[in-house]
Amino acid sequence: MTEIIVVTSGKGGVGKTTTSASVAVGLAKRGKKVAVIDFDVGLRNLDLIMGCERRVVYDFVNVIQGECTLKQALIKDKRIDTLYVLAASQTRDKDALSKEGVERVLNELAEDGFDYVICDSPAGIEKGAALAMYFADRAIVVVNPEVSSVRDSDRILGLLASKTRRAENGSGGVEQHLLLTRYNPERVAGGDMMGINDVKEILGIEVLGVIPESPGVLTASNSGIPVILDEDSAAGQAYADAVARLCGENRPLRFIDAQKKGLLARIFGS
Amino acid sequence: MGLFDFLRSRPRNTAAMATERLRIIVAQERAQSGRPDYLPLLRRELLEVIRKYVNIDPDAIDIHIDRDGDQEVLELSVALPEKPRDPAAAAAAAGEL
Repeated sequence: MTEIIVVTSGKGGVGKTTTSASVAVGLAKRGKKVAVIDFDVGLRNLDLIMGCERRVVYDFVNVIQGECTLKQALIKDKRIDTLYVLAASQTRDKDALSKEGVERVLNELAEDGFDYVICDSPAGIEKGAALAMYFADRAIVVVNPEVSSVRDSDRILGLLASKTRRAENGSGGVEQHLLLTRYNPERVAGGDMMGINDVKEILGIEVLGVIPESPGVLTASNSGIPVILDEDSAAGQAYADAVARLCGENRPLRFIDAQKKGLLARIFGS
Repeated sequence: MGLFDFLRSRPRNTAAMATERLRIIVAQERAQSGRPDYLPLLRRELLEVIRKYVNIDPDAIDIHIDRDGDQEVLELSVALPEKPRDPAAAAAAAGEL
């Protein structure tokens, strides 16, 4: 059984691609066969985050248009044997994707024995985003604790509940998970950032994970190594926890409490 | 937080403001989603038709679509002014002035 997971948010810049890359790597590290697909036609970036940008020969659109086989376009990860990347086209426009084409590729991945397909959605609610979510079994909604991100996510939740295959054929809808990113416990404690429970209550879905704001995220993207592989960084560990929960493990949330400051820091400020 | 920070006035709890604002707007947008796109236009055209006969306030029309099982009910309520004015008479009165 292949499970299709869409990583989506509505708003741009909240960490969809970072999350797609880390979730894909996390699942593959657990021995699952995983494909991660970039749906952001025209603005591809997953290849950079995954560190395989110089190995892209064929892309998702080439496969859909029959210009190459799926096997030719799948880029095998150099770190993990069971992980494959399908890059978005950088040159075509978003209309190059079609529902039938996407469905054909997903079916072929299922026939090839993939356990998971991660669909990295573009920002917005237009065609690319609509197609990324259409065939999903589960959705990871990436949210920053910030007003515009939360509002846009609620829009996305509405679309997941109506504009997806599972919603249309009445098979129980898409399972929705909330992933809070760029979480800053100090600012939450200081009253100028919404907390986990605030966001959870507004959106009304369960929390899959909380990724703290962490310098590790930028250094990871700089070097093309998904942050989950940086086991020293808080963000990397938080992603590993989130993937474990996705697989049904019960893990308490970490990195959600403000660090106690030392005496010197308190006197002189930080 | 430094030594003299307590002298500065503490900023308001903006996270609580964000939560409150989001609660309201999200509830409102959820109520609107799923409504057909034509409702605003229907409302405007109905307003024009009614105004040919009765001069009503633009806010006096309320349109709702309720779902009752698999039946949809379009509910339309129009609040008429207390003394209905005849637009023709009103125009004539305006002409006399």
